[in-house]
Amino acid sequence: MVSTKQERVTEIVADHAGREGPLLPILHDVQAAFGCVDAETEALIAAALNISRADVHGVVSFYHDFHAAADPRPEVQICRAEACKARGVEALIPAAEKAAAGRVKLTTVYCLGLCSAGPSARTGDRLHARLDSAGLVEVIENAR
Amino acid sequence: MIIRISDDALARALGADELAAAFASKGHEVHRTSSWGMHWLEPLVEIAGMGFGPATLDDVDAILDGTSPKAIGEIVEHPFIARQQRLTFIRAGRTRPTSLEDYERTDGWTGLQRARRIGGERIVEEVIQSGLRGRGGAGFPAGIKWKTVAGTPGAQKYIVCNADEGDSGTFADRMVMEGDPYALIEGMAIAGEAVGATQGYIYVRSEYPDAIRKLNEALRLCAGIIAPFRCEVRVGAGAYVCGEETSLLNSLEGKRGEVRAKPPLPAIEGLFGRPTVVNNVLTLAAVPHILAEGGAARYEALGMARSKGTMPIQLAGNIRHGGLFETAFGITLSELVYDIGGGTDSGRPVKAVQVGGPLGAYIHPDEFDIAFDYEAYTAADALIGHGGITVFDDTADMGAMARFAMEFCAAESCGKCTPCRIGSVRGVEILDRIRAGGREADSVEVLPVMHNAPKTGRLPEQEVALLTDLCETMKFGSLCALGGFTPYPVMSALKNWPEDFMPGREGAVRKVLDRNDA
Repeated sequence: MVSTKQERVTEIVADHAGREGPLLPILHDVQAAFGCVDAETEALIAAALNISRADVHGVVSFYHDFHAAADPRPEVQICRAEACKARGVEALIPAAEKAAAGRVKLTTVYCLGLCSAGPSARTGDRLHARLDSAGLVEVIENAR
Repeated sequence: MIIRISDDALARALGADELAAAFASKGHEVHRTSSWGMHWLEPLVEIAGMGFGPATLDDVDAILDGTSPKAIGEIVEHPFIARQQRLTFIRAGRTRPTSLEDYERTDGWTGLQRARRIGGERIVEEVIQSGLRGRGGAGFPAGIKWKTVAGTPGAQKYIVCNADEGDSGTFADRMVMEGDPYALIEGMAIAGEAVGATQGYIYVRSEYPDAIRKLNEALRLCAGIIAPFRCEVRVGAGAYVCGEETSLLNSLEGKRGEVRAKPPLPAIEGLFGRPTVVNNVLTLAAVPHILAEGGAARYEALGMARSKGTMPIQLAGNIRHGGLFETAFGITLSELVYDIGGGTDSGRPVKAVQVGGPLGAYIHPDEFDIAFDYEAYTAADALIGHGGITVFDDTADMGAMARFAMEFCAAESCGKCTPCRIGSVRGVEILDRIRAGGREADSVEVLPVMHNAPKTGRLPEQEVALLTDLCETMKFGSLCALGGFTPYPVMSALKNWPEDFMPGREGAVRKVLDRNDA
């Protein structure tokens, strides 16, 4: 298992060889492949790019999109920024949490750019807008 | 019959794909176009210039046989569209986003061709003449920035497009990238021509998957046209602060998105220490029009005072007619919110409007006669920012919104400077204490050795004085706009709606604020 992970990381790093500032694109690919960027992977990336593990860890821990441990649950992102608050997203949260009930991971994001038609949510690359309580619950129940 | 339906992310989030499939299954040719920007009507179906929206699957048959009650008449005649002066969004609703054929048919690439003929020096001159200012928020004259980069020696220079549109209430960058990606790319190629840069980067936030996909496709299709200029999409990783230009450059370099101290300016030492133009999507997308024959003079003729040209204004939040409204500078908030936006979507009275995203001031309806102009807003202790307008109805708790502003700053602070990193956390705590009616003296303060500590706890008005002081420190001591502008929403909410902080004791809040002004 360790060797396959190492192979995959080496492959990803090789895909980005020759690019300027390749660390973020590499981390995105690693996050997509393994669902996280753990300490072991940080070390592999650091070795491949000839930078320190601290450098890689500093970057991984800075950005909200990279996680130290994988979460097998499906994720639903709910926008809770100003425009969605103005359209009443906060009132939907209790029902959303009840529907998620530990099966679905609910994350707060600040703005999906659908600010004229909130409340909005995202599952994978699929966006949902003009959600009411029932609509959001349906999105959460259908999240796989 | 040709059916036109937008493939903008907002339309897709509201079921445009399913609708398009339904029309296609009935044997019609469906063209996926950019969005007209009338978001309350999305998904909007267009047949021979006539619009139907917001359409659902149940409306398909009625739309086809002409009996649909969702008909809005001719789209270009709709008051929301007819009142606009569209330059940056001239193609919105009219073209298929990644179709090179559509782009060329609508005067695409003519700005770049002319730019190549007239050369770098005259391009810069024309951009200066147009009066174009950076649309990201700071409003710095684009031509002056370009001139600095052009005049700085360097074997490799860069054009960086800031597409990290993190402000809530803004979506114009997204609509350009998804609806008219070639306009942005053409603007970047022109900037490259002007300053002698051959490499461009578009830094897009990861929350915009559709924009990333379309930009990549557009760049693949037009690589031969923009050559020798090359351009690449880079995806952000969920950090709001990366919308700040120096933080964005660090992120592009593969570092933590921490803000850099200025100077050196990015124009002189930018990406990888090389001369770099960093401009917002809207700034760059306005450039092809300016570089068209006579474009600079036409652009300069629009607007007011030192705010020239048009601004794509985004009507968001609790507003009936939300969407994209591009017009010359000078329009008032009252026109935008009531005449064009139709008031709140909930039908309740408007309580507050936040202009310029999470770092913008909350403006009271009494001040809605303020003209949309960089200097007028600065004078009123507010900012235009990226042109987003978020409307709140009378159910909004402005004390909670002020707290959220501090909370957001704490969550998104890059951590480099103390006023922002620590100040935002302390700000949340102070706001909680104000709203809780002050606090008791704590266990350390009551110790006999603490001779100078107050023994009686703090009144909420004393906490208000502390908050005012903290906001001053953040405003003048922070490295970038995140910490520096968070005081705007907080203090404007406190000033305009003291009853949401200390119910029944508004007078006490005003007294503290007045003392501070004096």
